[in-house]
Parts: sequence; structure tokens; C-alpha cells
Amino acid sequence: MLLIRCPWCGPRDETEFRCGGEAHVARPPDPQALDDAAWAEYVFIRSNPKGWFRERWVHAAGCRRWFNAERHTVTHEIRRTYSKE
Amino acid sequence: MTAFRLPDGGRIDRSQKLRFHFDGRPLEGYQGDTLASALLANDVFLVGRSFKYHRPRGVMSAGAEETNALVAVGEGGRLDTNSRATMVELYDGLVAQSLNRWPSLGFDVSAINGWLAPFLVAGFYYKTFMWPRRLWQSLYEPAIRRDLLVVGGGRSGLREALAAARTGARVVLCDEQSESPATTSTELSALPNAVVLARTTVFGYYDDNFLCAVESDARRQRRLWHFRAKRVVLATGAHERPLVFGGNDRPGVMLASAVDTYLRRYAVAPGKRVVVFTNNDGGHQRAKTFRELGIEVAAVIDSREGPVITRTLGGRRVEAVEVGGARIACDLVAMAGGWSPVVHLYSQAQGKLRWDEKKLCFVPDTCRQRVRVVGRANGEFPDHGIEPLWEVNADKAFVDFQSDVVARDVHLAAQEGFASVEHFKRYTTTGMSTDQGKTSNINALAILAGATGRSIAETGTTTFRPPYTPVAYGVLAGRDLGDFLEPIRVTPIHDWHAAHGAVFENVGQWKRPWYYGPQMHAAVQREAKAARTALGVLDASTLGKIDIQGRDAGRFLDRVYTGTFSNLAVGKARYGLMCREDGMIFDDGVTTRLAENHFHMTTTTGGAARVLDWLEEYLQTEWPELEVYCTTVTEQWATVAVAGPKARELMAEIAPGLEDLAFMTYREGRVAGLDARVFRISFTGELSYEINVPGDQGLALWQAVIDAGTKHGIAPYGTETMHLLRAEKGFIIVGQETDGTVTPYDLGLDWAVAKQKDFVGRRSLTRPDTRRADRKQLVGLLPADPREVLPEGAQLTEVDVALPRGHGSRPVPMVGHVTSSYMSPNLGRSFALALVRSGRSRIGTELYVPLEGRAAKVRLAAPVFIK
Repeated sequence: MLLIRCPWCGPRDETEFRCGGEAHVARPPDPQALDDAAWAEYVFIRSNPKGWFRERWVHAAGCRRWFNAERHTVTHEIRRTYSKE
Repeated sequence: MTAFRLPDGGRIDRSQKLRFHFDGRPLEGYQGDTLASALLANDVFLVGRSFKYHRPRGVMSAGAEETNALVAVGEGGRLDTNSRATMVELYDGLVAQSLNRWPSLGFDVSAINGWLAPFLVAGFYYKTFMWPRRLWQSLYEPAIRRDLLVVGGGRSGLREALAAARTGARVVLCDEQSESPATTSTELSALPNAVVLARTTVFGYYDDNFLCAVESDARRQRRLWHFRAKRVVLATGAHERPLVFGGNDRPGVMLASAVDTYLRRYAVAPGKRVVVFTNNDGGHQRAKTFRELGIEVAAVIDSREGPVITRTLGGRRVEAVEVGGARIACDLVAMAGGWSPVVHLYSQAQGKLRWDEKKLCFVPDTCRQRVRVVGRANGEFPDHGIEPLWEVNADKAFVDFQSDVVARDVHLAAQEGFASVEHFKRYTTTGMSTDQGKTSNINALAILAGATGRSIAETGTTTFRPPYTPVAYGVLAGRDLGDFLEPIRVTPIHDWHAAHGAVFENVGQWKRPWYYGPQMHAAVQREAKAARTALGVLDASTLGKIDIQGRDAGRFLDRVYTGTFSNLAVGKARYGLMCREDGMIFDDGVTTRLAENHFHMTTTTGGAARVLDWLEEYLQTEWPELEVYCTTVTEQWATVAVAGPKARELMAEIAPGLEDLAFMTYREGRVAGLDARVFRISFTGELSYEINVPGDQGLALWQAVIDAGTKHGIAPYGTETMHLLRAEKGFIIVGQETDGTVTPYDLGLDWAVAKQKDFVGRRSLTRPDTRRADRKQLVGLLPADPREVLPEGAQLTEVDVALPRGHGSRPVPMVGHVTSSYMSPNLGRSFALALVRSGRSRIGTELYVPLEGRAAKVRLAAPVFIK
């Protein structure tokens, strides 16, 4: 079980958190301006690297706030959590 | 009699005799015995049958690595299968049975598999069998945070624990045995910051120094421990390796270290005349010890000096060994094949291993986690001049005893191309039994390395995975069973329902009245009739309620609902649909504007938490500039829905002035003397009021409604009737008419979708796939037989076919499925809702619902049955 450092609550067990997938995928400001392919890219396509990965987490059973983490998908190491880039 | 108890010595208490039963046979042992040592003292050598060939097997080890002596301990509901007899402490009254034998251990019918052995080669199980199911049981789980966790209470572990504890660090030491140097250390037990847990097996090492252990008492009551340690020291020791030669699985062939343990700890001689077989100096040292303890050593066969043992002879017990054509009579063979550090936990922690060419074993190398390995687990033992002897070319030379893998299987797998150690393992099942290959893995991969012309380092090991030893499911489940499995949520009116015969259904964690019994069909017909013709009342308290406030609340709702809410007048309510970004419906409900910047949102009962999370996610991550606050108020309000033609009369009596509330509006006022929020909204299609009062007054309101409604023939109704009433009107239920693949347009809810603003999911509604004309669309179904209630989930076809029986039936295209289905007392017939491909254009045509032995004909209709 990972030990995740919530930027507000400190290190807590993984079971208190929920992972929200890849971070820094902003919702397009004007979805209607996107063609089908570009919209599908936003809705459905996420990267899945072997190595360092920036992902979103929420402290669901704690302060309920969202933050980002840099996690290594092989070793599971989290080298950084942050609330704003 | 060949095995026997020595007249003196051992760390057993001879003053305490213990009686126990093995396979129904009454036997005696002493306090301090394990089941294995007590069986050996009684000369019971045959303790199990192997899994595949059902070969007779005896005790091989004296510890956690035991591969043969698997027993079931206890009886009935407390039967604990797959226990290793070497780890079961004897207690008075213990009952144990051997496994894998029928009808008895001595006469085993399946042993015929042994004659069929040539056909049961590598990959046999991979191709045929599934694992047998086992039975387990339980206790509870403490969690503990410590500076240092030491695993292993031998000399190295004790030294580490003492060193840390003396500095004031909080230390826990776990050892799987009932006794160890750590449990007997007076200095350690005197330190208040040190905890020693005996009979405690650390079975899993997970991320960030999180470890799990099972603690047992002498009578096998167990509990689960969770540790989060700042640092971990592994002092897990080493396991001796068996040697691979013909008939090395015959009872009486044991690890030399185990023979030593039985002699010295338990004062049990497993035989009178021993042959030691070794490839290193350690075997000679053991022979010396055995002689000193009065055991005759017939020979020490050292592979470095001359001919080796090619096979054992005997029946259910070894009687001799064959060495270079000569026979040596013996009743015990002690194998000293070198040592393997117990690196399981280290490897689980993602530690890397390194092959030590001199000691012929894998030793810890590097690990990302804060862990140190000490003592024998770290390869800190002399090499004893060991030289490789990975196999003796012979029949029935067992590598993995429990999986019945012989050396020739390893060669066969290599020939067949299973060179990768992970593929090889799965193909031959080596190391996949309950012992997880503790005594077999290294021998197997060394033979594989030889067969594929690679070094052992190149061949590598398989991944070590938790658990280190089998853990009963019951220990993991703990008390999370039955009523403790999940929180149970009940409304403030629950006790009234229970007292009035309600049968409850689970909706998420909620208990909701399903119908007011005793008989479901009659109850639903009665309840539904009352609500349409007179008065019904529903406990709708479980409805999700979210209080939404803030300057930008209206703008926010415009973005999360498909409809527009910013233009809603204060005091008005509106139905809303929520989609995910993929355009699929995810929840619905009615939201009311209480004030300019204050909304009361309702959600589905099961979706309340999900919706709140989703709102929060968008507020925090996409639109942090919006000033909006979302608060769950589901349990703050009890909700009583009164519905039916007499509802206005009722309200006039208990809430004068509120009865004239217009449809889809809201007002605060007093109902039955209680401060209330009253909403004129309807999920039944009848004249309906949803009355909200603070939760603790819910029962008072309910009782007042029942009292005042009795003269109108009021009937409380449950969820089944609620579903029926709304279906008659064609109102959807998220999760019933939707399944995550349904858009608002599929359901004909175009009116709830705004055309001129953006909302979550909007762009997806014009994707090519969501625009298809042949998507499944919501329709009504009227069965040709008005008494036919179609099964929900049933498929629809264009052809008149029954459900297929068995194999070989011709596939039939399925054009849709039934989502809701009822018998309506108001229509006087059955009806259903369904999602059907191009459904709207098929209205008026007929389809079929394949059933057992026949098909039901149905006519498609608009999904509104009562206007």
C-alpha cells in the first residue's frame, strides 16, 4: 500500500485516496470548436508510460481535495506531490 | 519402530502429555512439540500424498518451508486446511487429517496416477486442472506504525532489535516460531519500546515499507497485523536445499537441518541409521552431530568425493539407497544440498537479487525501500566448499515435491522452448503450490539453466509474490462479514417500516422498503392502485441531496446539467440530466432554486456520493475560478412523498395554504406543525408533494401523514411500486434504463438538453457514433399475452426463437433488451420498457423475446402508458 503525501494532510495510506488518471489534461475551453478527432483525443486518449508519470489524486477519505503526483509506474515511487504546477 | 523419542534432551516439557488425533488415530506428544515432531515420535512417517501422482510423502523439513506434510487442522467450521504440520504447535485435543488421499492414506486409489506418470508430464495441470477450492476462517486486524520492524528473531534479528531499542526507537520484532532467541531475551522484553511477537509470520512486503503479518496463538486463533515501518530489517535466515535424485521424495528422506532440529529441539530421532547426502562440508558436520546424539551414520555420500546416491529403495519408507551400484541399508536419508537465503520478503519489496557463485545462492543486492538484510538471509554463512550438484540423472528425481515436478519435466519444458523462467514456471507449475517453491525454485532454475546452456544468473528467478506462507482468507476478512461487511444506512422512518411488514431492498448502502408484505405481487398491486386512485406515501429520504451555494452556483449548474438552470426563477424546480464527457447519462434529479445563489439539488439514491465527488472534481480542477460550495445534506432532510388524487385534500388538512402550490415549485412552511420545505414535484405522474423536514422529525411527519391519510385510504408504498408507477409514465431510472452507454437522445429526452450552451458531454452528443440512427432507443413493450411479465434483461429478436440449449445453436441477431418490466393494476396488463435498435422507428411493429422453450411476442409502443 502506497504512502501518499497529501499536500494538505501529510502522508496517509493509499486507501484514503482515489486516482484520477493522467494530470495536466485540461478541458478544452471551447469543445464545439474541436473536430471529432481532437475531441476524441481529449475524452478517450491518455498516455501510459513506463516510468515517471504525472497523475491526479484526490484525498477522498480525507480533505477531499485534488492534487497531482509524480509517480513511477514501475517502482511505484512517488517523488513529488503538488497542488499547483 | 524406527523413529522414536530420545530418552532425554530437547526443549519439550515431558511433564505435560498432550493427546491428539491424526486421521482418527489417537496419539500422544508433549508440550513443545509440533504436530510433525509428535507424529515422528510416534513413528508416523507417511503424512500425505502428493498432489498429482499421489505418491506417499513424509515430513521433509522442520519449518515454514515444508512441502509435503500438509494437514487440515480442526473440525467443522474451524477446519484449517493446508497447514504445514511442521508449523502446527501441538495442543491437547488437536485433531488433524492428512490431505490428498482417498479413501485413506495407507491405501490411496489415486496412486494409480503414479503408474500413469509418463502421461502426466510437464504442463499437464496447465492444460487440464483448476485448483481445488479450500476452506478458511478468521480474526481482526490491528495497525501499527513503528520506527523499526525486524522480521526474524534469530541471533541477527535480536541483535538488530536490541541495538535500535537501546537508542529509544520503537521496535517490533516478529518471528514465525513459538520460541526464538528474541522471545527468550530478557533484555529485549525489559525494554518498553520494544514489542516481540512470537508465532507471527510476516507474509507480505508492499510499497513504502507497508508489511502484513499473521499472529497466531498456540491454539491457532489468529489476527492480522498491518505495519508501516520507517525502517525494516530482514533477518529471515536461510532454507536448506534438498538434492535431486531418484526417489528423493520417499518418506524418510529429509533435510539434514531438519533431522538436526528434530533431534535437538524435540528430542525425536527420525531414524536409527542415517545416510547423509551432501555436496558441501556442512553434511559432514551434520553427520558428526548425529553420531554424538547416538544416531548411527551408515555413510556420508559427498558428491565431491565419489559416486552419488542414484535412488532410494523401499515402499512407504526408505529402506536403502543405491550408490554406484552398491546398496546401503538405512531408514533415514539426510540431504544437505546447500542453503538458500530467505529472500522472499526482500524480493516482494522489489529488492534485486544477485547470484553468489561461491555459495551457490541468490543474495540480496539493492532495494529502493528502506530495508536491510542481515545474517543468513544476507548470505552471511560459510560456503563450506560447496560444489554444484543440481541433479542426479535418474527417474523420479523430484524437484518440486508438492507440484510433483521431476527433473525430467524441467528438461522437457526446456526442449519445448520454455526458456524464460516465468514461462517455465507456469508450464511446469514449479513453485506454484502452497509452499511457493521454497525448497524447489533454486534447484529447478539451476537445472533449467543447465538445460538451456545459460548461467543461473542469466536465467534469473521468478517473481516472489505475497503471501510468504498461506494465509487463511478468514484472517484477511476479519470481522468484515455479514452486517459488518459494509455500513448499513437506514432512514429516520425505518423502524416504522419494519413494524409494518416492510420487506427491504438494498439500494447502495441504504435499506429501502421494497414492498409492504407479506406477498410481493399482491402488495405491489394494492400499493400501486392506491397511489393512482386515492393516496400513497413513500419514504424518499434516501434521495441524494446536495446543497449548492455561491455567487456562481447558477453558471456552475448550467455546465454540469444538460439543461439550463441559471434562468430558473427563485422558488422553481427543474428536472436535470447529467452526462459524462463521453455524452453518456450518469445521473438525474430535480434541482430547485431556493434563493438567488442557493440551490437544492437531488440525485439518485445510489448516485449521491458519486455526483458530489464529480461536482467537486470539476470545481477544483477545471473551474477553480467559480465561487460555488457543495455540501451533502442527504441525511439532514427526511423526505416524505405523498402522491395520488387525494394528496391535495391531505395537504389542505396538515399544511393549510401549501396545498395550492403550483407544479414544479417550492415553498417553505409548516406541515403537521413541523418546519418544512415542500416541493410540488412528481415521480409517479400523480399529484404529488415531496415534504422535507429535518431528519430527526421524519418519523413525526410520516406518522402525521399516515394518521391524516387513513380516511383517504392511504397506502405506504415501496420501491417496487415506485418503479412501477414511474414506468407507467415512461420516466426513466438511471441505472435501469441507462447503463453508461445511453445518451439523452437515446431516451428521447431531447427536451432536457439545451441547444445554446456548453455543458459536460455536449460535444460528444454530435460525435459520429452518438449521431447514428440505429442506436438503441427507449420504447415501450406490450406483450401479446397481457399476463406475460417479461424478465428484465431479456433480449429482443426479430425472429421467433426460443433461448438456445447447449452448444451448436445458430446465433440470432439481438436488437435490444428489456430494461424494466411490470404487471400494472392500473393498465390491467403487463408492460415493459426496452432499449431497441432504431426503436422509435419500429413503434407499432412486433419483436420476440426468446424464453425457455418458446418466445414471447411483443408489440413496440411509445414509452408512455398512462397519459
